[in-house]
Amino acid sequence: MNNYAINNLRELEAEAIHIIREVAAEFENPVMLYSIGKDSSVMVRLAEKAFYPAKVPFPLMHIDSKWKFREMTEFRDRYAKEKGWDLIVEYNKEGFESGIGPFTHGSKVHTDVMKTQALLQALDKHRFDAAFGGARRDEEKSRAKERIYSFRDRFHQWDPKNQRPELWSIYNARVHKGESIRVFPLSNWTELDIWQYIRLENIPIVPLYFAKERPIVDMDGNLIMVDDDRMPKELSEKAVMRKVRFRTLGCYPLTGAIDSEADTIEKIVEEMMTVTKSERTTRVIDFDQEGSMEQKKREGYF
Amino acid sequence: MTNIQQFLNQDQEKDLLRLLTAGSVDDGKSTLIGRLLFDSKKIYEDHLSALERDSKKIGHAGDKIDYALLLDGLKAEREQGITIDVAYRYFSTNKRKFIIADTPGHEQYTRNMVTGASTANLAIILIDARKGVITQTKRHTFLVSLLGIKHIVLAVNKMDLMDYSQEVFDQICKDYKQFTTPLSIPDIEFIPLSALNGDNVVDASQHMPWYKGKSLLNYLETVHVVSDRNFDDFRLPIQYVLRPSLDFRGFSGKVASGIIRKGDQVMSLPSRKTATVTRVIGSDGDTELAFPPQAVTITLSHEIDLSRSEMLVHPDNLPRIERQFEAMLVWMDEEKMDPYANFFLKHTTQTTRARIDQIKYRIDVNTLEQHSSDAFELNEIGRVVLTTNKPLLFDPYHKNHETGSFVLINPITNNTCAVGMIIDKMSADDLYSRIADPETRRLVDGGKSLINEDELRKRYRQKGVTLWITGLHGSGKNLLAYTLERQLFDKGATVVLLDGSTVRSGLSKELDYSPTDRAEHMRRVAHVCRILNDQGIITICSFISPKAEIRKQVAEIIGKERFKLFFMDASMDYCRKNKPELYEKAKQNLIKYIPGVDEMYEKPEFSDLILKPEDQSNITTIFSYLESEGIFPLQSE
Repeated sequence: MNNYAINNLRELEAEAIHIIREVAAEFENPVMLYSIGKDSSVMVRLAEKAFYPAKVPFPLMHIDSKWKFREMTEFRDRYAKEKGWDLIVEYNKEGFESGIGPFTHGSKVHTDVMKTQALLQALDKHRFDAAFGGARRDEEKSRAKERIYSFRDRFHQWDPKNQRPELWSIYNARVHKGESIRVFPLSNWTELDIWQYIRLENIPIVPLYFAKERPIVDMDGNLIMVDDDRMPKELSEKAVMRKVRFRTLGCYPLTGAIDSEADTIEKIVEEMMTVTKSERTTRVIDFDQEGSMEQKKREGYF
Repeated sequence: MTNIQQFLNQDQEKDLLRLLTAGSVDDGKSTLIGRLLFDSKKIYEDHLSALERDSKKIGHAGDKIDYALLLDGLKAEREQGITIDVAYRYFSTNKRKFIIADTPGHEQYTRNMVTGASTANLAIILIDARKGVITQTKRHTFLVSLLGIKHIVLAVNKMDLMDYSQEVFDQICKDYKQFTTPLSIPDIEFIPLSALNGDNVVDASQHMPWYKGKSLLNYLETVHVVSDRNFDDFRLPIQYVLRPSLDFRGFSGKVASGIIRKGDQVMSLPSRKTATVTRVIGSDGDTELAFPPQAVTITLSHEIDLSRSEMLVHPDNLPRIERQFEAMLVWMDEEKMDPYANFFLKHTTQTTRARIDQIKYRIDVNTLEQHSSDAFELNEIGRVVLTTNKPLLFDPYHKNHETGSFVLINPITNNTCAVGMIIDKMSADDLYSRIADPETRRLVDGGKSLINEDELRKRYRQKGVTLWITGLHGSGKNLLAYTLERQLFDKGATVVLLDGSTVRSGLSKELDYSPTDRAEHMRRVAHVCRILNDQGIITICSFISPKAEIRKQVAEIIGKERFKLFFMDASMDYCRKNKPELYEKAKQNLIKYIPGVDEMYEKPEFSDLILKPEDQSNITTIFSYLESEGIFPLQSE
C-alpha cells in the first residue's frame, strides 16, 4: 500500500516543477528572478529539472543593487557561464549614478531605489508578464497569505485584500496588457526544506553560507561584514575577525551574519534544526518600520 | 556515514500532511495552532518576543500570551482581531511535516475555507465544548465533505471549562455522528482537549483519564493518508511538450492519478491514438514508473499528435469526454454571477469557454436545504449545469480531485470568480426538461412579424409544417427526403431540407454523437424548423432521432400541430444490406452510438405515416396525405 508514497521534499519538488511548467506554457514572456541566494539556487535547479533534457525556455534576471557581496557576483558570473544560463543583469542606473547607498541614504531609501525601483524598471523594460521569485510563505507573516500566482496591477502593486482565489493546483494566468503575475514556486517550502534539498541535490551555493573567519563589525547587534572600502572608515576600523556565516544574502551592509561553526552542509542543516531565531532577524530592512515587509510588498518589492 | 548524515537521510524521508483548521477565534482555533507550533518548538525566539510585546499591546488574552497574534498576518487583520484570508503555517515533528491552512470561521469567509480545503488531506473542526454542535460546525463539516476531504478530527476544545466531563464529550460526539451520517465522510476522529492548557494537544491530558485515544498531534503524526490518492485511473494532462532536438519529443505533466510504467500502452485523448511508453523521466532522471503527484516527462514509441490541454490515459480506462456536465459551484467573487456570461473555464491544463445553462438549486450551507436561485452571490454554493466550447476530459470529483475540479474566470476582470467540482456528465433526462422549458420561451418571445399567417399561406399556397422522417441508418429515409424535396419543388412548393450532414457541417459542427450532444443537435434543428415554419416554409427533416423523448421535445419546440412524423419502417436486414460497412464497424465496436446496434431505436408509437422503403408509392402516399391535411397545395381563393 505504501509503495507509492512520496517524501515531503519530492512532493514539494513536484509541486514546484508543475508550477514552473505551467508558467512557461501559459505566459508569453516569463522571467526567473535570480538573487544568487540559496532559494534562487534551488529554484534554478527546479527549472532545469522541469525542462530536462531541453533548455530552460526563459531567461534569468538579476537585479544588481550594486551593494551585493563580492562573492555573490563572482558566484553568479561563474555559474551563468558554466551552465550556459541566459542571464540578464539590470540595475538602476540613475540611482547608481547619484550614489545611492545604504551607508549614506539608509536602508529604506536604498532598498526602494536600488531594489524595488530597479526591479520595476527592468520588468517594464523587458515587458515580462510573469516573474518567478524565490519567496517562501514561512519567511514572514505577510507572506503566509500570498498566493503562488500573485497578481500585480499595471503599477506592479500587490493588493493583499484583493487576491485571486487559488484552489487545488489550478492557477489563473489571465492578465490584461501591462499587468503581471509574480510566481512563487517555493511558497510551501520552509528554510529547512531548502537546506535539506540543497544537500540532497548537491546544489552549489555561495560560500558565504558556510562558516569562516570574516572581518565583522557589530552594528547594534547586527554582525556586518566589511566587504569593500565603501564602508565608512570609522566603522570598518572597528572590524574584528569572527567565525560567522550568513543565513540569507542581500546587500552586504544590510545583511547580518550569525556566529556559527557550520562549515559543511550537514552542519548547516543540523544548526537549522536547533536554531531559535527566524532567518529574517538578520535582515535589517524588516525592522525599519512597523509592518514593513507588507508595506514593501504592496509597493512591488518581492 | 556519520550519525548526522544518517539522521538527515531519515529526516528527509518524512511525508507531508496538509491540514485545514476550521473554527472561529472564539473556539480557540488560533490558540490551538499557536500551541501546536509552540509545543513542537517551532516558534522562534524573535517571533515569541514580538508575540509577548504584541500580547500586551493588542492581545485579547489578558495577561497570558495570545497565540492568535502569531497567526494573524496582515496589519489590518491584526487590528480587527480576525483572520480574513487563508494563512499557511509550516511545522514538522520527528515523524511528519505539516502544512496548516488556517482559515477564518464566519459564514462570510466561506470562500476562504473552501480554498484552504481544496489542498488538504485532513480537517480539524473545532468545537467549543460549552456550545456543542452548532450551526457553524455543520457548515464547516458540509464544506469539508463538499471538497472531498476524507479525514476529519472533531476537536472538542475548552474541556477545562466543562470540568473535563466525559458526559459532555460523549453527547457532542453523538450529536455530531448523527449529523454527519448522510455526508459519507470515511474517517472521523473525536478528541477532547484544552488548547489553552495544552490538554491532549501534544501530550496526553492528566485531567481526562477516561479518554484512551491519541493526543491531537500524535494522531496527526500517524493518520494514514497515502491511500487517499487515486492510484487506479491513469491520467496525465499534458502540460508542456519538450522538443530539444528532432529525435526527442517529451510530454510533460503532473500525474493526476493512476500509475504509469515504462512499456505501458497509452492512448492520447481526444485523438484516441495509441502508443507505447518508452521512457518515464522523473525529477531524478529515468525511472520505471510514476504515480501521483509526481511531475514527469514521457516519451512514446512513435509520433502521435499530442499537445497541451490533451491527456494521456490507459486505453482500457478512459475519463468522460463531454461538453455538458453538472457541478457543485462555489461563487468566490464580490461581483454577483452574471448567468449569461461566457466564462473562461480552466480544468487540468485546458482553458475553454463555458456558460452556465441552468442553476438547479442553491444550497443553504447552514441547513443544507435547497432553494431556487437565478444567480449566485459571494459565498453561495449550488448545483449547476455547464456547457463548454471544447469537450472536457474529466472524472467525477469524488473519484478524482485533479480531473474533477475547475475554476471559472470572469472574462472581463480576469478574476477567478467561481470554483467547481464536477458531479458527472449531464444526464439525458435533465436535458429534455431544459429543451422545452415553456417559461423561458415565454420570456424570450420578443418581436412579432408584421406579415400574418394568412398572407403567407396566400403567397406560398402552403401551410408551413415540418415533415420529420425518422428511421435507422440505411433505412432509405434520405433518398425519400431528397426525392420528396425535388417533387414538391417541381410542383411549386417552397421547401427546405435539413439532414444530419447539412446541419452537422456547420450549425452543429462542434457536437459529437454522444446522447447529450445529439439532444443538443436536435434542439437546434427543431428551432430552425420552427423559424422556417413560422415564415410559411415547409421543412423536410431526415434524422434517425431514435429516442421517443427527443422526438416529443422536438415536436413541442416546433408546435405539435405543425410536426408531422413519418416513420421509415425498414427491417434491420434491409438497413444492413444498405450500409454494410457502417454496421460491420459498429459490430466490432469501432464506432459507437449506432441505434439498433449498441443503442435502442424506439419505434414511434404514433406516427402520421408509416412507410416501407421497398414500397414504390411512398411519394404518392405523402402527396395525398399533404393534400387531405390541407398542407399543400392550397387552392388560391
